[in-house]
Amino acid sequence: MSGADDEHLARLLRAAVAGDEKAYADFLRDAALVIRGWARRWTVSGGVDAEDVVQEALLAAHVKRHTWREDAPVIPWLHAIARHKYVDAVRRQARRPTVGIEEFEETLASAETEKVRDWEIGRALDGLAPGQRSVVNAISIEGCTVAETAQRLDMNETAVRVALHRGLAAIARRFGRN
Amino acid sequence: MDTNDLIKALAADTRRPGLSMSAAWAGAGIGALVLAGFVFSVLLGPRPDIAAAAETLRFLFKFVVAIALAATAFAAVRAAARPEADLRRLLPYLATAPVMVAASVVLELFVAPSDTWATRLIGTNSLVCLTFIPLIGLAPLALFLLALRHGAPSRPELSGAFAGLAAGGIAATFYAAHCPDDSPLFVATWYTIAVLILTVLGALGGRWAIRW
Repeated sequence: MSGADDEHLARLLRAAVAGDEKAYADFLRDAALVIRGWARRWTVSGGVDAEDVVQEALLAAHVKRHTWREDAPVIPWLHAIARHKYVDAVRRQARRPTVGIEEFEETLASAETEKVRDWEIGRALDGLAPGQRSVVNAISIEGCTVAETAQRLDMNETAVRVALHRGLAAIARRFGRN
Repeated sequence: MDTNDLIKALAADTRRPGLSMSAAWAGAGIGALVLAGFVFSVLLGPRPDIAAAAETLRFLFKFVVAIALAATAFAAVRAAARPEADLRRLLPYLATAPVMVAASVVLELFVAPSDTWATRLIGTNSLVCLTFIPLIGLAPLALFLLALRHGAPSRPELSGAFAGLAAGGIAATFYAAHCPDDSPLFVATWYTIAVLILTVLGALGGRWAIRW
């Protein structure tokens, strides 16, 4: 968490804001490492999964990236977002037992059929509209490019980008506090 | 979806991020002034003797305090929209208007004969004050809450309360031009209550509307 780390992240994020997709992916990977360090410490005791915090914080940082000022340090900004999402996750966890199991039956069932471990975000993904879900799925889990996704789903690229954008925003909103 | 999958999706989402925060605040600030001015001129308008009043210190001082509140609270709410904002560091700035009001009350108690204190405090217009400051401030408050919602405040209730203070400062600035009661005793009592109504509304609105 030194000044050099911050300068490195700031450089990547500035490049990303200027439209460098590769720099943005690098930024997200490095930011994930930093957030994971905090999240593991916060979640040592208690039922919150550190990786849920990492994923929700990355998503929040993504949809709120306009709140970062280019001349401000990145790490305090990232830390505040991660902390906010951690507190969210704790509250959600605390609320959970009071909610009837039937509300989760569907998501629980789908989680069980997943072979790999599924996090909260996967459940949120299942709640998306089918069109958005298939686009987000293709680009994330199946690793397709926008062009490949467009071809596979018989959409144009702009529509794919719009569906991706809206799908991610919808997942982020789902994690908003209530 | 594991974290690397998520990163692929986020990196592919290259659509422009939201409106910049400085643009959002500029829009909210200008919109707040325009809407407050509109509501004020439709519902109230300035007092008839405003030209004569403008030559008295007490009348002018109402604007000094109200503008100080609007400016400091607007700066505070603007800062609070960023997740890493340290809100405790904003509190000294927010003390500006209350300190000015307190000082003016002390001066008024020195200057005014004690048998006039009660009439100065009660004034003639307190109900209008309590009604119209919140009414004029509603649209500014809504705009500030929208701007906060666009941002990422770590403390939604407190940020919403700052939004209420800023809206209250703007509303009080307009309302002061209508109000015939100029004594600091009146201002310290009724303007304060009216602004606090907006502050509470702001805190509730922050809790309800600001989720991210």
